[in-house]
Amino acid sequence: MSINYLDIIRPGINTTFQDKGRDHLYHIGIPFSGAMDNRNYLIANKLVSNHLDSAVIEFAYQGPQIKYSGEKINFAITGDVIFSIKKKDTEIEGKCYESYQIENGDEINIISTNKSVYGYLALGGEFDLKFQWNSCSINTKASIGSNDGKKLDVGQRINLKKINSNKDIKKTNYINTKIENIRVIKGTNFDYFSEEGKKIFYEKEFTVSKLTDRMGMRLEGPKIDNIVNTNIKSEGLIKGVIQVPADGNPIIMLSDHGTIGGYPKIGVVASVDYDRLVQMSPGSKVKFKEINLSDAETLFKLYEMETQNLLSQI
Amino acid sequence: MIKNISNLGDAAVYCDFGSEVNKTINSKVIKYFKTIKKNNIEGINNLTPSYNKLIISFDLNKTSFKQVKNYLENIDLEDSQKINSKKLEIPVCCDEKFSMDIKRLEEILKLTREKILEKFLNKEYFCYMTGFIAGMPFLGDLDENMRAQRLETPRVKVPKGSVALTEQFANIYTFESPGGWNILGNTPLDIFDSSKEDKPNLINPGDTVIFKEITLDQYKNYNEY
Repeated sequence: MSINYLDIIRPGINTTFQDKGRDHLYHIGIPFSGAMDNRNYLIANKLVSNHLDSAVIEFAYQGPQIKYSGEKINFAITGDVIFSIKKKDTEIEGKCYESYQIENGDEINIISTNKSVYGYLALGGEFDLKFQWNSCSINTKASIGSNDGKKLDVGQRINLKKINSNKDIKKTNYINTKIENIRVIKGTNFDYFSEEGKKIFYEKEFTVSKLTDRMGMRLEGPKIDNIVNTNIKSEGLIKGVIQVPADGNPIIMLSDHGTIGGYPKIGVVASVDYDRLVQMSPGSKVKFKEINLSDAETLFKLYEMETQNLLSQI
Repeated sequence: MIKNISNLGDAAVYCDFGSEVNKTINSKVIKYFKTIKKNNIEGINNLTPSYNKLIISFDLNKTSFKQVKNYLENIDLEDSQKINSKKLEIPVCCDEKFSMDIKRLEEILKLTREKILEKFLNKEYFCYMTGFIAGMPFLGDLDENMRAQRLETPRVKVPKGSVALTEQFANIYTFESPGGWNILGNTPLDIFDSSKEDKPNLINPGDTVIFKEITLDQYKNYNEY
């Protein structure tokens, strides 16, 4: 029996455990999964003195309400999130990018993400979770990972295996930046589309549709016309690939995507913009901007340096 | 042997082996896949072999398109490397309870149910690749007159175990999932088992599969033995 645990009073809409994800499994049909917004995942762990690859609770839109029982522990929330901390006789509004200490009986109420999708709750310690292929990331589609591959549910109890002895309160002034343009690299089937279609892809605005989850983001907008073939022989996919099926509406593959697909690939989101792409909520406007491979590589290196800098300052 | 190597985004290499789908090309893809997997190259974190393409994903913090491309151009393929393949019999029940698209297939193929089953069963199929959903095998080739297009509107839920056809291929839905293939029957076998981490897939690329018909009673009792 664990003496330190969480009880889920309200699970939220799409609450899962995530870590760095699992690799080397595409060939059997299993995607990376892992935290959608990698930067915010890492910062959450750093704020509570965890190993950077520790499991955290990822939530989308409405988050969970949690009651904690046990010894004192730190927690931190990252993203753009509205939440409160309920102690014996007070309730305070919480701030993202700061760690807080809670004790037996305290509650964390994650009300919602603000004009974004994903937020992260890290606890200073280690959850007692099942690992599959070296990751506890939950892939609900394939029922893989901790919690039998299912979202967290009401009434569930989650045990902690250990609590960090380092209980320093930490904070950072990070602010999530929004981007107007998602940078993309030309896809392998770019020439399947009409000149008009290519122009639409780079010049027009698309809207993130409600049919968006950890697997993919569907966009709506002007139709992109295919002049060669609306199907290709099924082949591998990676996260960030933008496929355009026969209806002309782009679909972007996200972390839990199917590993094989048969729609033409018009583009691939540059790695530098992935964390910010996944935070675009339904209704957001997206525009694509073409960049070349070497610019994409440079931009990613800069983004990674920035992430490392942020982490080293915490 | 790779016809063209290009980048797929900034963190993957796209190897094109040609546009046809046949065992010769697919065997080349699998040979590369196995060699790269064995070489365990720093930074390469995923490989997706398919009919005639191989996608190599890598960690952009550790390597780059240029480095992986250079490695591929100088790769030492082991000629002796045989595909370690199995021959498997897959029980399938084609009772009307399961064969949801038999009417549609009869119409499109202009064949009777009996003829469709006769042409489908007891024949060897080659596993070209696995994926889309975990463990789903893509098996070929169906006879020319057994080829039908996908459903116009995919089903939101295809039952687990469904054996389905599209174009020259058959596949098996390893768990309930959306899908647009023509459903012919259902197998009681677990084709994917995530609790077996070292061997989650029953059917792997290069394997040979034969479908054997079972009755509804045999299907119902299958997992009791």
